Amino acid sequence: MSETINIALAGNPNCGKTTLFNELTGSNGYVGNWPGVTVEKKQAHWKQNKDVLFTDLPGIYSLSPYSPEEVVSRDFLVDERPDAVIDLIDVTNLERNLYLTTQVLEAGRPVVVGLNMCDLLASRGDVIDAKKISKMLGVPVVEVSALHNKNLDELVQKAIDAGEKSVPSQGIKLFSAEVEDALAKIAKIIAAPEGLSRWYSIKVFERDVEAIAPLALSKEKLDEAEKVIAAVEAARDDDAESIITSERYDWIQTVMDACVEKAPAKLTTSQKIDRVVTNRWLGLPIFLCVMILVYYIAISTVGTAATDWVNDNLFGDGFFVNGASQQQYEADTESFNDNHYGDKVSGFIAAAADAGINTEGVADAVAAEEPTAESDAIVERFETASASVVAKDVPVTDEDGNFLDTEDNVITKLDADGNAVLEEGQTLQVIDTVTSSDFKEAASAKAPDPHDYPGFIDSIPNAVTGWLTSAGASAMVISLVVDGIIGGVGSVLGFIPQIFVLFVMLSFLEDCGYMSRVAFVMDRVFRRFGLSGKSFIPMIVSSGCGVPGVLATRTIENERDRRMTAMLTTMIPCSAKLPIIALVMGVLMGGSDMWWVAPMFYFMGIAAIIISAIMLKKTRPFQGEPVPFVMELPDYHFPSIRSWALHVWERVAAYVKKAGTIIFAAAVAIWFLSNFGVAGWEGGTGAFGFLPEMEGVGEDFMDYSILAGVGSALSFLFAPLGFGNWQATASSISALIAKENLVSTFGVLYGLGDATENSVNMWAGFAGMFTIEGALHVGAMCAFVAFNMLCAPCFAAMGTIRKQMGSARWTAFAIGYECAFGWVIALFINQFYELIAFGSFGLWTIVAFVLLAAMLFQLFRPMPKWEEKEQKIATKLGESVA
Amino acid sequence: MASLRDVKVGQSCTVAKLTGEGPIKRRIMDMGLTKGTSVLVHKVAPLGDPIEVTVRGYELTLRKDEASCVEVTGIAGA
Repeated sequence: MSETINIALAGNPNCGKTTLFNELTGSNGYVGNWPGVTVEKKQAHWKQNKDVLFTDLPGIYSLSPYSPEEVVSRDFLVDERPDAVIDLIDVTNLERNLYLTTQVLEAGRPVVVGLNMCDLLASRGDVIDAKKISKMLGVPVVEVSALHNKNLDELVQKAIDAGEKSVPSQGIKLFSAEVEDALAKIAKIIAAPEGLSRWYSIKVFERDVEAIAPLALSKEKLDEAEKVIAAVEAARDDDAESIITSERYDWIQTVMDACVEKAPAKLTTSQKIDRVVTNRWLGLPIFLCVMILVYYIAISTVGTAATDWVNDNLFGDGFFVNGASQQQYEADTESFNDNHYGDKVSGFIAAAADAGINTEGVADAVAAEEPTAESDAIVERFETASASVVAKDVPVTDEDGNFLDTEDNVITKLDADGNAVLEEGQTLQVIDTVTSSDFKEAASAKAPDPHDYPGFIDSIPNAVTGWLTSAGASAMVISLVVDGIIGGVGSVLGFIPQIFVLFVMLSFLEDCGYMSRVAFVMDRVFRRFGLSGKSFIPMIVSSGCGVPGVLATRTIENERDRRMTAMLTTMIPCSAKLPIIALVMGVLMGGSDMWWVAPMFYFMGIAAIIISAIMLKKTRPFQGEPVPFVMELPDYHFPSIRSWALHVWERVAAYVKKAGTIIFAAAVAIWFLSNFGVAGWEGGTGAFGFLPEMEGVGEDFMDYSILAGVGSALSFLFAPLGFGNWQATASSISALIAKENLVSTFGVLYGLGDATENSVNMWAGFAGMFTIEGALHVGAMCAFVAFNMLCAPCFAAMGTIRKQMGSARWTAFAIGYECAFGWVIALFINQFYELIAFGSFGLWTIVAFVLLAAMLFQLFRPMPKWEEKEQKIATKLGESVA
Repeated sequence: MASLRDVKVGQSCTVAKLTGEGPIKRRIMDMGLTKGTSVLVHKVAPLGDPIEVTVRGYELTLRKDEASCVEVTGIAGA
């Protein structure tokens, strides 16, 4: 194999560079971040020849030292020394595109220029002389169309030839005589390496100390150069950086005059569209409509339906491919439920117990999935003994285990023994009499099993359990594979349909040019909080799911805004947090129709984001000059289906790869923590091991797990928040896998079995955790919920943040901040509630007041003046070497 | 001297000088607003800021604060 030829693709944003890259490579390569920054890095091989490796540089306008995109590009060109550079130019925007070209030509690499979108230019009526441009730039120029794959091979071949000949472009002598003279003098002083003399001379002239650092120039040399620069500046009454920039554009004007014949300007299609889309009055309503549409499709309907389908069927109960048998199964299930067999069985057993009949083990024996001789014997004995028992007024329950009244409404009040408490005018729905023969019928009735119907496909966990069982795997292996691995990885895969749908839309909005308009329309609102106009999109998306929300921050062009938005956007309640909200609503007002409580949680999320953004803006990591919002509004165009599809595919694949590995590890870890421990229960062996398989194990084995131990060890952290019991801590930990786990873990920890957030006994159990001396501690409960809403999101979202940030330190900072902020807010809620409701004042009340004062200070103090860490452009060269 | 901020929608002008320094000034110049360039103020965003201008044949948007760094002459038009 011959040596790899490295070719860099440079160009302005929106010049068609991504389309070119995709056409050349089919996107078979690596998508990641440049080291240390959240700027995307893409590398892939040429379809025609695997020895050619393309690196797609970020879309930039200049090689200035100010933005991370520009810095990684210029470092790549100068330090990594690619064999050749293809500079793609959008000819409909020739002047500004050539500005970057003049700088790329100076980087000391062989350059080939591609003139893209010539067809668009022709339809405008403009004429361009490519030969003349090639002559003026001193490098080969090829007219191409990235969209229609025209002349692309010729472009690459020219680049390969240029690379093999290795004749670096020397840049053009485009500056005025006095600047060229000064540059020549500087070149002599600095004696830069071969090929980069012009590059470094100009960088010294601009006083770009970061770029010239590799030269390690002595103070004497810098002072000498400084004299040369100062002389030119004095003569021109302008600073060196401005002189260089202006003269580049002046030279480009001469190119334009020589090579381009412009047709008289008329209103372009883009301008016509923008007359409506960014209209003073219509701009905002149109933006809101687009957002609602994105939300509606990705979150409310298609995306969620697809994700729910995957979660409920593929990873849940299985599904039917045969519509008729599905209907049959559903009808059978419904008629089975209408018979209330479960209520009859439990009511009859209770009545028998009242009549003094031994009922031990009967309920379990009846419910046993595979009856044994033993269980049959128990049932038989019971049936004989209770032959004359008649149960009266057996209450009816719904699928959540709640009592119903005669109107089919859920009864939301229970007494201490779990019996229904009726309101005035309410009547309990009951089955009048259950006789022994009713019991026999109910006990022998089996719920319809979907496996008995044709066309039923089992879910992955059920199928795998089946295979492993028949292969003779141990219960521990089955549990690890099914609950740990499939459960954890399934939570990632379940998001894929939603992410896919979301990116189909976001990529379209991005590729067609609308995203820039979003920033234009919304900038005013978000600038106040130190966020970008585009931060709105991730937040909307996060109300459905934080994972695509964090991924949607990609469209924010500024790195600081991007990081801040990725950190904060998960504070908006996602759909997995809704069961927690439902649970609290149930406890507080018994499921009554208080519609304003749920929106309160969204307001809390929005307030948390705004407060955090204002506070963080004034801290060191987010310090600095306001980011310039000087942005191109590119022409609208319909993205090619191919590059649209690739765009979506790249995003989804990157998510699965990066987020998947983290979630996999985390899920296995949590599985281990909650299934292993010391069998310390009554009748237990007291040995350490896999709890569900140990002797005498009960439903509550989690109480003895390592997780419980970790929960109690950490519970002191939460004592000031009012919920310092290990159950609350342990369920907060297991909620990290998926927030909806909070509710199911409660069910397990309190032995409530399959109770859901809509079950009245779950409300009672949840309230019981926060009941002190018989009274519900609302402050502690609200603090608990606030903490779980605001603290670290689920592992899937954390993995996504890790992927998006591209840095372990930033990820740790983000997660740490979220947890600390959630803790502080929960502390406020609990302490101030206790102060007002109970009048209790203690150490933690003082801590809460101090933290509140600190928060208010940070919110309202003026922007601190941080010491300028390092000047990228020195005011005087000699001073930069201290 | 008038700045780009003061130019009304529909008016055009010529860039005379750039004040300010650092990233904002460099960025404005990188985008083609250099001395002698003619600029047409095209529209104002729905909430009054930023503004949209046509420069060197393309649409550029910048905030009013940034526009005030651009000193202009020869304001003309509607």
